[in-house]
Amino acid sequence: MAHDHAHEHDPHDHDHGQAMPETALRVKALESLLVEKGLVDPAALDAIVDAYENRIGPRNGARIVARAWTDPDYKARLMKDATAAIAEFGYSGAQGEHMVVVENTPAVHNLVVCTLCSCYPWPVLGLPPVWYKSSAYRSRAVIDPRGVLRDFGLSLPDDVAVRVWDSTAEIRYLVLPERPAGTEGLGTEALADLVTRDAMVGTAKVAGP
Amino acid sequence: MNGVHDMGGMHGFGPVTPEANEPVFHAPWEGRVLALRRAAGAWRRWNIDAGRHTIETLPPAEYLRLSYYEKWFESTIKLVLGAGLVTQRELETGCRDPAVPVATPPLTADKVLPAIMAGGPTLREISATPRFAAGQAVRARDINPVGHTRLPRYVRGRRGTIECDHGAHVFPDSNAKFEGENPQYLYTVRFAARELWGEAANPADAVYLDLWEDYLDAV
Repeated sequence: MAHDHAHEHDPHDHDHGQAMPETALRVKALESLLVEKGLVDPAALDAIVDAYENRIGPRNGARIVARAWTDPDYKARLMKDATAAIAEFGYSGAQGEHMVVVENTPAVHNLVVCTLCSCYPWPVLGLPPVWYKSSAYRSRAVIDPRGVLRDFGLSLPDDVAVRVWDSTAEIRYLVLPERPAGTEGLGTEALADLVTRDAMVGTAKVAGP
Repeated sequence: MNGVHDMGGMHGFGPVTPEANEPVFHAPWEGRVLALRRAAGAWRRWNIDAGRHTIETLPPAEYLRLSYYEKWFESTIKLVLGAGLVTQRELETGCRDPAVPVATPPLTADKVLPAIMAGGPTLREISATPRFAAGQAVRARDINPVGHTRLPRYVRGRRGTIECDHGAHVFPDSNAKFEGENPQYLYTVRFAARELWGEAANPADAVYLDLWEDYLDAV
């Protein structure tokens, strides 16, 4: 019976969204009721899902980073007023209304978290991955950021300062990673291909080509 | 509130385990929950702070057991019930009350992208001047409000330094209770890792939080 099978998932699987079938059924029932009452438009629901599955994701942030690496004037605007500089690309709005960019250097490494919920810069990175929303990340990023980075395979020397940004208000943070060596001849699209979501949260560096 | 959601600095949750090639949604219902919450939110019967508080007030064991989108779903049910958009009886039967006229949805498909692009800015103009300036030493207040707050326990009573101000923003503690936006200056405050976690922390490390004026005292 499907119902019983669902309970065989361990909590780890459950955290990764392997929900019990009754959750899917209850969501469907709520949707049907809200549609029947004229409270929500099913086509609007489809459009919201489409926006976050297909239009708004970390490729947006990667383009910002590549531009900042190649255009010093743009980088200056980005560091001074990130919201406006990001809007130049047409990226704005929900969960990115007030943006700040923090820059990684050989001496400083930045890491973004939201300990109280899971605030994340949606217009430039899309929806957050499961690990960003996990209790493990939210609890440890502030007390043991270097240990969290080691979970991602990144060991930082003691003399590199780690700055953790806990997104407690409506300011959303994007990390500007260091440009890797060996990328001097690359154009912005090729550079953007190298920039990962994790590098823009601060749990990774950008690897060279 | 001193809830289990306020987990900064807790131990025991294990390592962070990233998933390779993670999909945006792990099942279609997750996307529907996101969409339902946003589309129902277009009725403007609640605000983002009240929405967060409904998640925080899930029973602690439930909060830890449920996935992110399951928490969103449970809190969306609380919100639509609390706002009177649906009744308990409608939820239980799955049938709408025929005595209530069918409504017209405020959010239609053509308005979705413009609404996402506009978002909900929280910056407000106020006449007061900022109480603190960059470089100033402050202490996070040792307060324990039972309602919604964005002042985590791990900084309460700790000394920090004002990094910058972001202008005046809607104050979540009052907004979540529908007691008004009470906009006030919002500051990024730098706390040395050693101030928060003791001598074992790296002296070069720091944690930055965005804190409202009502959370701070001058030192």
